[in-house]
Amino acid sequence: MTLLEQFRLWLGGIWPEWAAYIVPAIVGIVVVLGFVLTLVIVFIWYERRLMGRFQIRLGPNRLGPEGIFQPIATAVKILLKEDIVPAKSDKVIHWLAPVIVFVPVLMIFAVVPFGERAILTDLNVGVVYVVAISSISAVGIYMAGWASNNKYALISALRAVAQMVSYELPMVLAILGVVLMSGSLSMTQIVASQKIPFLLLQPLGFVIFFLGTVAEINRSPFDLLEADSEIVAGYHIEYSGMKFAMFYLGEYGHALAYSCIIATLFLSGWQGPLSPPIIWLVIKVMAVFFVIVWMRSTLPRLRVDQLMAFAWKGLLPMAIINLFIVAAEVLWLSEIMPWLMVAVNFVFAGVLVLLWSKLFTLGGGRVEV
Amino acid sequence: MAIKTESFILNMGPQHPSTHGVFRMRVTLDGEVVVDVEPVIGYLHRGIEKLGETRTYTQIIPLTDRLDYVASMTNNFAYVLAVEKLAGIEVPERAEYLRIIMAETMRIASHLMAVGFFLNDLGALMTPVLYMWREREKLLDLYEMVCGQRLTYNYMRIGGVSQDVPEEFLPALKKFVAEMPGFIDEYDQLLSQNEVLLARTKGVCILPRDTAINTAASGPVLRASGVKWDLRKADPYSIYDRFDFDVPVGSVGDNYDRYWVRMQEMRQSVRILEQAIAQLPEGEVCAKVPQLLRPPVGEVYGHIEAPKGELGFYLVSDNSIAPYRFHIRPPTLINLTALKDMVIGWKVADLIITFGSIDVCLGEIDR
Amino acid sequence: MKFERYGIGVAKGMAVTFKHLFRPPITVQYPEEKLIVSRRIRGNELVWYPDRCTGCATCAKSCPQGNIEIVTHVGSENNYVVDKFEVDTGRCMFCGLCVEACPFDALAMGISYERAQHRRKQLVLSKEELQLSDVRQPSGYARPRIEASLPKQSLLIYWDKEDGGQKLSWLGLSKKRGRGV
Repeated sequence: MTLLEQFRLWLGGIWPEWAAYIVPAIVGIVVVLGFVLTLVIVFIWYERRLMGRFQIRLGPNRLGPEGIFQPIATAVKILLKEDIVPAKSDKVIHWLAPVIVFVPVLMIFAVVPFGERAILTDLNVGVVYVVAISSISAVGIYMAGWASNNKYALISALRAVAQMVSYELPMVLAILGVVLMSGSLSMTQIVASQKIPFLLLQPLGFVIFFLGTVAEINRSPFDLLEADSEIVAGYHIEYSGMKFAMFYLGEYGHALAYSCIIATLFLSGWQGPLSPPIIWLVIKVMAVFFVIVWMRSTLPRLRVDQLMAFAWKGLLPMAIINLFIVAAEVLWLSEIMPWLMVAVNFVFAGVLVLLWSKLFTLGGGRVEV
Repeated sequence: MAIKTESFILNMGPQHPSTHGVFRMRVTLDGEVVVDVEPVIGYLHRGIEKLGETRTYTQIIPLTDRLDYVASMTNNFAYVLAVEKLAGIEVPERAEYLRIIMAETMRIASHLMAVGFFLNDLGALMTPVLYMWREREKLLDLYEMVCGQRLTYNYMRIGGVSQDVPEEFLPALKKFVAEMPGFIDEYDQLLSQNEVLLARTKGVCILPRDTAINTAASGPVLRASGVKWDLRKADPYSIYDRFDFDVPVGSVGDNYDRYWVRMQEMRQSVRILEQAIAQLPEGEVCAKVPQLLRPPVGEVYGHIEAPKGELGFYLVSDNSIAPYRFHIRPPTLINLTALKDMVIGWKVADLIITFGSIDVCLGEIDR
Repeated sequence: MKFERYGIGVAKGMAVTFKHLFRPPITVQYPEEKLIVSRRIRGNELVWYPDRCTGCATCAKSCPQGNIEIVTHVGSENNYVVDKFEVDTGRCMFCGLCVEACPFDALAMGISYERAQHRRKQLVLSKEELQLSDVRQPSGYARPRIEASLPKQSLLIYWDKEDGGQKLSWLGLSKKRGRGV
């Protein structure tokens, strides 16, 4: 019984049925979207300042105290730019692509729990919904690359499809481990069943899911879609104005959405002592994003065939083995001593990572077994 | 159903974030595999060789600054050596030591920039660049203390250097030389064992030993392919035979070796600097040379080991105040002719980083 | 060179980046903070002393570009009186060969580097503009007596020391240092 459903029941006593159906929906959507867009703006500021500190320089600090109005100034600047469409491009697809990339990001937030009963809709197949929605963005990116009539964009679009499809599978298998352990597909149930965060109970699953996430949101070391030094901005090379703002906000929105998903599935969501649950969620999301920015500022990027080799030959077999191990543990070990599972899992994770990487040879630009 | 594919031509034009200047390449691609590369140069041509024919020998020195603007002291050094060889001028001891100090610090600065931007092409967004530029900034401060400018120094003169170093130069240089090995170790920890870097550069775009010799490559590109050829040891100029240093040689000739050779050369430059500072004598800094120098009739080719390769100046004199012919042998133009051999069969991403590992500077390619 | 392939190389690299979070940034917040430039800086201007100049035009002959234009006439005491002494700083490359060539110390490089103008004609400096004034100070390039009177340069190598270094604050702006002409 989420908060919104209670609100609807209470309204149903006062107003006609159709009004009591629509008004809570609108209120819920407005609150969630306001929260999301505010947090996206904060993320943009957070990333620029943090990357600056990693690189022994200050980030932007001129507009407002410590530069907190910089993202707003960026947004205003982008909105004021002229909207240029290339002459020989496919106009309808060119116009439609940013929408298809941006909207699924917002739709993911419908199932993220912000508190004990504060969730927009408590779908009992929440995890499947998230996985399904997040693969629509790949189609949008491909449309953007194709419709631009530009060879750089085309190279980037084809790489995008390859990358995003390759990393769906390990991610889904890692999520299945979580689902097995908690026993249900609904997000609120998963959070409720985490007495010990699943990060400790399934370290290998966490690593696989984290790397899959970083690949899905096109960040270093997997950011070859918008490789600034090779193909000069990739699929959004011909976009300007509001459409580019959609891609830009969509990228950070994607990072925020996946950080929320990681915090919910592996870091026990909003649970935590002593303060309102929303604060704990924000702290965990910021911590996950810190690690993502840290990786971005340190690592060079992989080449596209090395990236796919890493997904299909490295992450996917490990994800399948992880699933078997988790299934075995749930069957035999779950009643006694969950801390024993922690130790066992860490040992398994360490052994697998060492053994698997022994099989790889680096050389000739190829990553192969 | 047979699938028909055809290759397309991609123009990596003069405006590109990774072509280290205004350089254009017309690349024929089959999917992502490079089939053909055609470089197009000339976007930065300023006519330095023709300008040199109407300026006196001293007035050409500021022009040579603008050739390889990343490492200007070595350009000055090579030119001044060529003129001194032609006119038979002796250089005082202190001037020789000061020139060596400037040349070796310049080598460190140039390699810092080369390695930093090689990693920028690889995708590590400016983080190694900013770490390495902190050291380069310290060196540029020292140059500003000596000659007043940070990029185009105009410091060497025919017969020595233009002015002596101030008294706060040597303590600052000693502090830099003491701290530098620690910083190079930090770069090694950040980069040399990084799995992503190894996967991208190990065994990629190999330049075989014979091809390197046949295309007249020089500098770190040649040494990475396994040829132990360094002009400071093979044909010693100035007073390099008094110093004790090694020449790092790679084994395979791939991108990783070119990066590794540059890191090791920085360590060897620090060794030379320690010895030079210890042996620095007192004395004059410039020989007495007439203001309008008229060398005897003849021709000379003077070359040095610049950070990018073998930089040579060819001068023909007809006993007047300006040279009759002034020609520059740029190291990176000759190294660039090996690009096509290295890159055919690899992918677009490898093309960009191979081009970065040759370490071009468009100022000396186009002159 | 031993290569570990378990991801330890990546972890070591990330440790280096993490260490840098705790070092103060080396950014100088221009224009509120300016560094003290070198005593021998070849700034973007020249300073001319009319009482020492004899109109010999050695500086004009030694310029690689021909930027200096001198017009003189023979005066009453059998000397040259300088009517026009113009330097085109738009074409000048500030190499300093003219300053080194002057036998009477009548020409010096300037210390300021903020000399942008709105029109190209304003970059051609005439006889009056080139003289010593509040906004036109000489630097010590090839002029040892002027060099001895200027403050020492601020060096990044001494950034952690207060004297002669750039002690910068963690975030925000520190107080104004240096000479901003």
